[in-house]
Amino acid sequence: MDTTILLFLLQDGVTNGAIYALLALALVLVFAVTRVILVPQGEFVTCGALTLAMLDVGRVPGTVGLLLVLAGLALIAEAWSHRRRFTGKVAGRLVLSYVLPPLIVAALAWWLAPLRLGVLPQALLAIAIVAPMGPYLYRVAFQPLSEASVLVLLIAAVGAHFSLTGLCLLFFGPEGMRASPLLTSGFTAGPIPISGQSIAIYLAAVGLMAGLYLFFGRTLLGKALRATAVNRLGARLVGVRTALSGQLAFLIAAAMGALSGVLIAPVTTVFYDSGFLIGLKGFVAAIVGGLVSYPLAAGAAVFVGIVEALASFWASSFKEIIVFTIIIPVLLVRSLTATHTEDEE
Amino acid sequence: MSPTRPMSKAAMSTGRWGRAALAGLIVAAALLPVMPGVPVFWVTLLNNMGLGALVAIGLVVLTGVGGLTSFGQAAFCGFGAFTTAVLTTRYGWSPWATLPVALAITGLAALVLGLLTVRLSGHYLPLGTIAWGLSLYFLFGELELFHRHDGITGIPPFNLAGWDLYDSRGIYYVIWISVLLAALATRNLLDSRTGRAIRALRGGALAAESFGVSTMRVKLIVFVYAALLAGVAGWLYAHMQRAVNQTPFGINAGIEYLLMAVLGGAGHVGGAILGAGLVTLLKDQLQRILPSLLGAKGNYETVVFGALLILLLQTAREGLWPRLAALSSGMSRGARRKVPSPLVGRDGVGGNPKLGREGFPPPLTPPHKGGGESRGDPAQRSKQIEPLPARTMPAAGEPLLVLTKARKTFGGLVAVNDVSFAVRAGEIVALIGPNGAGKSTIFNLVTGVLPPTAGEIAFKGERISGRSPQAIAARGIARTFQHVNVQPGMSVLENVALGAHLRGAKGAAASIARLDRAEEARLLDETARQIERMGLTAQMHRPAGSLSLGQLRILEIARALALDPVLLLLDEPAAGLRHFEKRELAATLAGLRAQGLTILLVEHDMSFVMGLADRIVVVDFGTRIAEGPPAQVRSDPAVIEAYLGGVA
Repeated sequence: MDTTILLFLLQDGVTNGAIYALLALALVLVFAVTRVILVPQGEFVTCGALTLAMLDVGRVPGTVGLLLVLAGLALIAEAWSHRRRFTGKVAGRLVLSYVLPPLIVAALAWWLAPLRLGVLPQALLAIAIVAPMGPYLYRVAFQPLSEASVLVLLIAAVGAHFSLTGLCLLFFGPEGMRASPLLTSGFTAGPIPISGQSIAIYLAAVGLMAGLYLFFGRTLLGKALRATAVNRLGARLVGVRTALSGQLAFLIAAAMGALSGVLIAPVTTVFYDSGFLIGLKGFVAAIVGGLVSYPLAAGAAVFVGIVEALASFWASSFKEIIVFTIIIPVLLVRSLTATHTEDEE
Repeated sequence: MSPTRPMSKAAMSTGRWGRAALAGLIVAAALLPVMPGVPVFWVTLLNNMGLGALVAIGLVVLTGVGGLTSFGQAAFCGFGAFTTAVLTTRYGWSPWATLPVALAITGLAALVLGLLTVRLSGHYLPLGTIAWGLSLYFLFGELELFHRHDGITGIPPFNLAGWDLYDSRGIYYVIWISVLLAALATRNLLDSRTGRAIRALRGGALAAESFGVSTMRVKLIVFVYAALLAGVAGWLYAHMQRAVNQTPFGINAGIEYLLMAVLGGAGHVGGAILGAGLVTLLKDQLQRILPSLLGAKGNYETVVFGALLILLLQTAREGLWPRLAALSSGMSRGARRKVPSPLVGRDGVGGNPKLGREGFPPPLTPPHKGGGESRGDPAQRSKQIEPLPARTMPAAGEPLLVLTKARKTFGGLVAVNDVSFAVRAGEIVALIGPNGAGKSTIFNLVTGVLPPTAGEIAFKGERISGRSPQAIAARGIARTFQHVNVQPGMSVLENVALGAHLRGAKGAAASIARLDRAEEARLLDETARQIERMGLTAQMHRPAGSLSLGQLRILEIARALALDPVLLLLDEPAAGLRHFEKRELAATLAGLRAQGLTILLVEHDMSFVMGLADRIVVVDFGTRIAEGPPAQVRSDPAVIEAYLGGVA
């Protein structure tokens, strides 16, 4: 192997790593705020990618149906929790949070999809369709369990992944799809051609990280989320609505998942179940960061991407095996440095 | 059943009915495949249920009882299946001969993977299982030895006395006998010394560690046990299908197994079988109905399974089995106390606020029916069973526990500041001081829960500082907890028996084979003796969660006594007790002292301490400020200042 190939692989690895970093950050965020290990994160990636691919060919994406299903379930769950005191005010709030947003998004999708507005508006539309699924999923699956143990939440998360994968198959069908790239122009740095899509991925990853940094450091909402992450009870005592924090964390996670999907849709063919494996690579990175450290998770994500790129060159059929085996030495190190065996939760 | 009959009779006849029903069920199950008119398809479905049940029983022990979980059980099935497939097709082994090898390989894999994760907090194990579950799944599809994605075909069927069991009717018996054996083995395992340690894993791990249970070892045992059952299922599967490829060993299958355990009731062996049955049936039906309903091919049953899993966790976390059991016993006994499942744990919703932790784990094994009754009767008991050997107590007055400049700092905070004092054999020493003085930290240093930053702690002349809680317990130091730390779902007898853990030696394998019965009888006999000594005999078979706080404190002392300690450490034993209960406790402790036991206690109730203790050590802000007999300490100006703030 010569330097060119190595550099090429590294560049490829960093590109993938940037995607995994986005996912890892979302996972750490959701875990910190809600203690949910967001296994269905991968399905948001699938949805983002397939939505963009369908918009690309001028079809109304299946995610619209999926969004309506989830919003409907969330509406039922919310209405059921208010069954004792179902006032006009409650009904109004339900319509505002659970009926209007999905309907508006669906109407937009129906109206805009056949127009084929171009890559960037389509990408934004795809994220707008997928992102609201996050809070609705939280409302349906996790909010009723918000006081449960991490283990119970994890099993529920796996259940959600199971269901969503099936629903993705239902709404998208078994065929894989690919979208046209966001940025077509690229350039060559020395011997390495850098595609426009890679640049878009780097820009998005760096931009989003900076955005999140500002959001958590500068805004009241971001601080409320951090407060929830540190201490749920304390946050509630000072007036933070933890259910809202949870929904917000899921909104951000779903949006980041969708964005990742939009970014990879032009690079690889995405099937209804592809997201799971992509999401899990984000997981490997998040676990390296102990599910708490953002910088460690982001760094580890790039490492995972590079390992994957190198593995696909040397032993392509063992690629996934090698990537998921990374977790074992990581767990070993964490295990040897662990100072306690008690579970805090 | 007449409602005027005594409870126990009603309960006994329910048991008899239950046993009759079980026997009937087994006979019906045995006859089913040979009955004319039963379609082969049914038998195949039952075979699949049996395989699922085997894996789910393992998950019952792992998740429902042990509080760990795994999404990777299907991969362990794969180890069993591929091992036998390779050995029978390549090397011509008999299918029966491959079982030990299949088990050894599965067990070894589980041991390695378990070692990596048991030290970590709860969610790393399931996350790890997802990752290696996928890794192994891809590996199974890539190995040349396993013929890659094509898999291995032409695996021979089981052969029984010259008959090849090609037919699903034949293998039906092999599968369901395995399930029965697994259920029996699991029951035996849980109803034993190791079983108590497994059941003490969730929530009360600190208590278990203080009585010499190595929780890591127990977690490993449970994990390997669950993997072995999955390995057996894989081994059976290979000879049922007579072909294996990677497909059935993926993560989705692993999730389905977990669904079986959760649906049936993750704390019950019966629940595992029920859950496996329902999930298998449901899957079969859904795979038939959904695609035609939706007009497309695909595994749409995952939509229903995932939703079902979430719904169960939200509304019926204890699964169906406890409801079924309540329904059947409700016919004769009326409403039963609701027993939330182990998965309810840690959310505090169903938990007893008095206990401040877990919800009640379910009663896994009936509290020793039959032979158990004789244990309640001390006269009958001691004649038959040889008592456990007891430690010889050191001569009174000999220095037993010596702290020399023991120091503990947490960052900048000096919690224990060079504290020195000694406890002599046969005396009661009270450690007192205002809140936050460092009393509990001193206890934690002595019992090995925390290592001292500096200084030395010696017991019987041997340095014990820095040793593990288990090692210190083994030397004869037993403790109680300031915040009561018992397993509310286990009976008083079982809770106290946990204290006698170190006095037994039989492990998991012996309990599965029931080779531990003699030792178990002696352990329980000793346990009953300590319960009697503390006056809790009437409550012996009740779940600890139903006791009052005062009784729980007594239970903790009984559990500590079951260790056969030389030194008893009591952390606020009188807190929350009523006046007359305190008097009784003081009399009991004085009685223990008279029998040669040494006691070090932390207490706030001055009248309790003054009347009982031989000597008092006073600490304030981590420093020893006074030591001496009660009368002297009471008039010590430094003590008065610490308690009353100076000019009093």
